[in-house]
Amino acid sequence: MKHEILEKNSILLTVAILVVVAIGGLVEIAPLFWLQSTIEKVKGMRPYSPLELMGRDIYIREGCYVCHSQMIRSLRDEVERYGHYSLAAESMYDHPFQWGSKRTGPDLARVGGKYSDAWHREHMANPRAVVPESIMPGYPFLAKTRLDYGDIADRLKALRIAGVPYTDEQIAKAKADLEAQVRPDSDAAEALLKRYPKAQVRDFDANPKMISELDALIAYLQMLGTLVDFAKFDASGPNLR
Amino acid sequence: MAETTGGRRWLSVADGGAVLVALIGAGLGAMLAAKGSDKVMMLHGLILATACLVAAFAVLYSGFRRPVYASAAGADGAEAYMDGPVRVATIATVFWGVIGFLVGDVIAWQLAFPVLNFDLPWTNFGRLRPLHTSAVIFAFGGNALLATSLYVVQRTTRARLFGGWLPWFVVWGYQLFIVLAASGYVLGITQSKEYAEPEWYVDLWLTIVWVAYLLVFLGTLVKRKEPHIYVANWFYLAFIVTIAMLHIINNLTIPVSWTGTKSYILFSGVQDAMTQWWYGHNAVGFFLTAGFLGIMYYFIPKRVVRPVYSYRLSIVHFWTLIFLYIWAGPHHLHYTALPDWAQTLGMTFSVMLWMPSWGGMINGLMTLSGAWDKLRTDPVVRMLVVSVAFYGMSTFEGPLMSVKAVNSLSHYTDWTIGHVHSGALGWVGMVSFGAIYCLVPWLWKRRGLYSLRLVEWHFWISTIGILLYITAMWVSGIMQGLMWRAYDELGFLQYSFVETVEAMHPYYIIRAIGGGIFVLGSLIMAYNIWRTVRGDESADTAEQPEVAAAPELRAAPAE
Repeated sequence: MKHEILEKNSILLTVAILVVVAIGGLVEIAPLFWLQSTIEKVKGMRPYSPLELMGRDIYIREGCYVCHSQMIRSLRDEVERYGHYSLAAESMYDHPFQWGSKRTGPDLARVGGKYSDAWHREHMANPRAVVPESIMPGYPFLAKTRLDYGDIADRLKALRIAGVPYTDEQIAKAKADLEAQVRPDSDAAEALLKRYPKAQVRDFDANPKMISELDALIAYLQMLGTLVDFAKFDASGPNLR
Repeated sequence: MAETTGGRRWLSVADGGAVLVALIGAGLGAMLAAKGSDKVMMLHGLILATACLVAAFAVLYSGFRRPVYASAAGADGAEAYMDGPVRVATIATVFWGVIGFLVGDVIAWQLAFPVLNFDLPWTNFGRLRPLHTSAVIFAFGGNALLATSLYVVQRTTRARLFGGWLPWFVVWGYQLFIVLAASGYVLGITQSKEYAEPEWYVDLWLTIVWVAYLLVFLGTLVKRKEPHIYVANWFYLAFIVTIAMLHIINNLTIPVSWTGTKSYILFSGVQDAMTQWWYGHNAVGFFLTAGFLGIMYYFIPKRVVRPVYSYRLSIVHFWTLIFLYIWAGPHHLHYTALPDWAQTLGMTFSVMLWMPSWGGMINGLMTLSGAWDKLRTDPVVRMLVVSVAFYGMSTFEGPLMSVKAVNSLSHYTDWTIGHVHSGALGWVGMVSFGAIYCLVPWLWKRRGLYSLRLVEWHFWISTIGILLYITAMWVSGIMQGLMWRAYDELGFLQYSFVETVEAMHPYYIIRAIGGGIFVLGSLIMAYNIWRTVRGDESADTAEQPEVAAAPELRAAPAE
């Protein structure tokens, strides 16, 4: 074929470019949606509770992903430092994913339960109070800011459109569930636990007067990597890794 | 187009259409300003409304002021090149460049001294880093591409830009995109996809602007008077078409409310990760490479007055480059939960990509055949050539880092940051500076730059800054990776994470100093450009090499 044909026809050149650049993406992305082996079958994954979701949205808002990954690679030192390597299933409800690309700070995929709430409170107010060498910015304003969760049901609805299996009941009770997660030993908290097994119910920011942004963020951090039961996970199962 | 009765005239249909569209935009903005469900949406509605009103006023004003016969800017009714939008984008390149580099240096100092985050939401690293990356890639790089592509396409097709008001809309609409995105980041509006952080409504706005850009570019190609489409335009066209595809698919999202800023990305987890890095790597491949190769293919031959080295090589490396680049995304996801087959594909194609990349480098460098002496005498040529050398270096480093074994060490470390900056500062920065130094005298019809000596200073200062930056990041990045995987004699991990953070401190300082030096260079450029535009001449103007601009579209009217 003579290249001249393309060089003398702008529309043909445009179409040829589009075809050539479309191929790679089609081959690499499209199969991930139908190959069953892409996402492992695991027990324990559930959508985020409303408070955890608000915490996750704050994590995104503050750009935490810029310095913290949430993806433990299948390398010996990473597994020893951070825990079991991350599974695709563990981020199946993550819109968008938060795997990150840079570790200026440590990986957070399994940070849940690693530190106490008190440690997180101190750390967020002033990271150098608990880790003197840390270069993380302080986030003292989170504890002082009331969490704005007026649209929590709408957030769940939007996620349901994107494919997260929130039930009608979960959406109807979104606001109640969010408030219940900081009020342990209440009936509402029990109802929350039925809808979101393994959810942690505590007054995360130790301030009973208000639900702060810090409540939501700590609730999110404390559940990271805690859902999948690795005692029951079969790594030799049908997956391509 | 317009009836000729001399003197002044009323609006043409195109003017009326432009005003109508601007008023619709103003109405939409006013509605969002009044009814937005969060404060940032209200602010952005206000900005949109203001911008649209200013645009409507500008169209009306120029419509009333312009004599009838000047509908296409030629004094004799014949068409001339349309350089107004090119001038705006050129100034915007310099302006956003200085800001983008400066924010980059601020966040570099934040990593060395965290107190500089001031513990405020608007000034923390997490919000400023996207501001830096977007300002440099999209504001500085994007405007450099707009300016050069709209200039080059006219000269190489011998046709005025297509679309009446559309080129103006593209350039100013793009600045509006930058303002909305940047103000959003600082106020915490982000969808957290790297280099695609703007939320859904800003993405939608960019899509409109981008389609207009494609129409202007393609429309100009269609009405060209040259039979062949010049090679630089293949690269620009590939860049525009592919960025449209990537932008739309990577930003598919479900807004929580039509009047609010928040949305949730349609894809999740592993599919979202793959889509993001398919986008992310090709933001590099098409925005920062293909587009800038377009710059190389026009400005290097023009400045050294030599033809492109090999026509055949440009064909081969163009098609292989755009075909292979698209596959390289998964090398950002080695050893992650992305299936192995995709990782292997990504690595394989990344290694293959080395060849077309170096094809471009060779074609650029060898264009200097017979004109190598200009490297000594003309700092603008030196800037262009060094940029291509940096391009060659980082496109060798890239395939190396995409090999899984190397990536297991380099990923998540500052080595990646160093790699990106050798490409961004060395290649994208330097080639843009070179192009700007060529363009400004041509656009403002000056004999030369205000000062070639200041270009010399800019060249050396930037080069030293880049070298400090990338060597600091190489050393510290590799050190970081080695420390993370170091074991002591008892088989335990040798270092806690925070010990590796501590070890980075001196290198972060060196990097920030290097970045600061680079900012200084850009300030020298801004000063030089400002004096050139003003029409000032210094002692060395007369010594400058004569580099003729492309001839005007029409001969000067015989009056």
